[in-house]
Amino acid sequence: MKYTEEHEWLRVEGDIIVVGVTEYAVTQLGDLVFVELPDVGRQVSRDEDIVVIESVKAASDILAPLDGEVVEVNEAIVEDPAMVNSDPTGAAWFFKMKVPDTSAVDQFMDEDAYKALID
Amino acid sequence: MDDGTQTIATLPLARAHIDAGARMVPFAGYSMPVQYPTGVMAEHQHTRAHCGLFDVSHMGQVILWAETVEAAARALETLVPVDVLGLGEGRQRYGFFTNDSGGILDDLMIANRGDHLFLVVNAACKANDIGLMRAALPPLGVEVEVIEDRVLLAVQGPEAGAVVAALDPQADDMRFMDVGGLTLAGAKVWVSRSGYTGEDGFEISVQVSQARTVFDALCADERVALIGLGARDSLRLEAGLCLYGHDIDTATSPVEARLTWAMQKVRRPGGDRSGGFPGEARIFKELEDGARRARVGLRPEARAPMREGVPLFDAEQGGTQVGQVTSGGFGPSVIHPVAMGYVDAAFADTDTALWGEVRGKRLPVRVTALPFTPLRFKR
Repeated sequence: MKYTEEHEWLRVEGDIIVVGVTEYAVTQLGDLVFVELPDVGRQVSRDEDIVVIESVKAASDILAPLDGEVVEVNEAIVEDPAMVNSDPTGAAWFFKMKVPDTSAVDQFMDEDAYKALID
Repeated sequence: MDDGTQTIATLPLARAHIDAGARMVPFAGYSMPVQYPTGVMAEHQHTRAHCGLFDVSHMGQVILWAETVEAAARALETLVPVDVLGLGEGRQRYGFFTNDSGGILDDLMIANRGDHLFLVVNAACKANDIGLMRAALPPLGVEVEVIEDRVLLAVQGPEAGAVVAALDPQADDMRFMDVGGLTLAGAKVWVSRSGYTGEDGFEISVQVSQARTVFDALCADERVALIGLGARDSLRLEAGLCLYGHDIDTATSPVEARLTWAMQKVRRPGGDRSGGFPGEARIFKELEDGARRARVGLRPEARAPMREGVPLFDAEQGGTQVGQVTSGGFGPSVIHPVAMGYVDAAFADTDTALWGEVRGKRLPVRVTALPFTPLRFKR
């Protein structure tokens, strides 16, 4: 698993990247009450706002970590945003994207570097 | 307040909050607990189901002394469009300071404690309120005493009555908006049966030197959980209660804000003490002719919350902006987004369909009666 400075995690599955938010991000956000995901098939650019999440108090954006195409989104977290609080790195993944070259994820932090960032 | 040039004050009970795991944030010049480890949602639901304990010591506590409490009441009536003189001993009522153009300078609680009036005002407004009173009231024979050595705690929820009565059974004799003295864990405290959540409960003013003892005694009751500013906001919003600086301010009149229930007949046209407060001309005109806009409840019909600043339109496409959200978020008890705001008078009827623009998209929202949750005061 790799991590961005925006507190997203990335996991490579074949030629697809699965994206979610970290436990730390969820702790900071508080209880989620709303998730809006991008349309499947959308071409996105790195750092583009593609997901909106809202807690009881505030709204935040989630950025596309890389250029690519959204190929699948997790409708379960739209139905039940609280899933993101209970299982952020498992069942509550956000979207899957197809990127030109999955080795692009290597530029992001590994777990040790991410832990150092949030400590 | 948040520009970093002002010092941030520390609550007398800050250590207790930090030890309880509070996340502290700057608010109205104070470092305040915004939430505890269980989070806003759980704190909100605990308050509606059991009993929440809030530290609201940032709020201003002021005593007005005069020859008689009636003299203090008559003097305060020059600043508020409220029947203060008719407030019985041991009773409290809601009111607001108005300005010359009929806007609201602050909202406050006014209590008749027998030989004086006791006021609780908003933290962000207290310096202005005190300045206003110190300019206007001494010439009318009133001494304005600012209370700086007392903590203010709120205990709210359906079990609040039992929690406080377990420490002093006399709490059972108080009903909504009664004020009096109780002895909690050995401390003599000033209490009102009121609050800001829509639930039964008490606000407790206690000397700083005894505050930790009272706080610990309340926390020791297993029905009690600590509640931060985050849940305080969602609780008051569901209860349809205004937040000063958001839902009411110097531009909103009490008529627009639909707070005329707090202006008793005796201060209205034809009353024995009609008028005589700042902004009388505009307020009386709006009482007669209606205001051009009104504060309403708003029920977003999609899942997305509509937060403060969301513009409201009369059509899904095109159309005209007819209002704006002034407070909005998610209602943990009603389990859907909730909001309030101002709309032009023609769109203020319950069930009027409007559209709020969220991130460039017009989403349906319906004008709805307030509150969103039933008020459960002990009348």
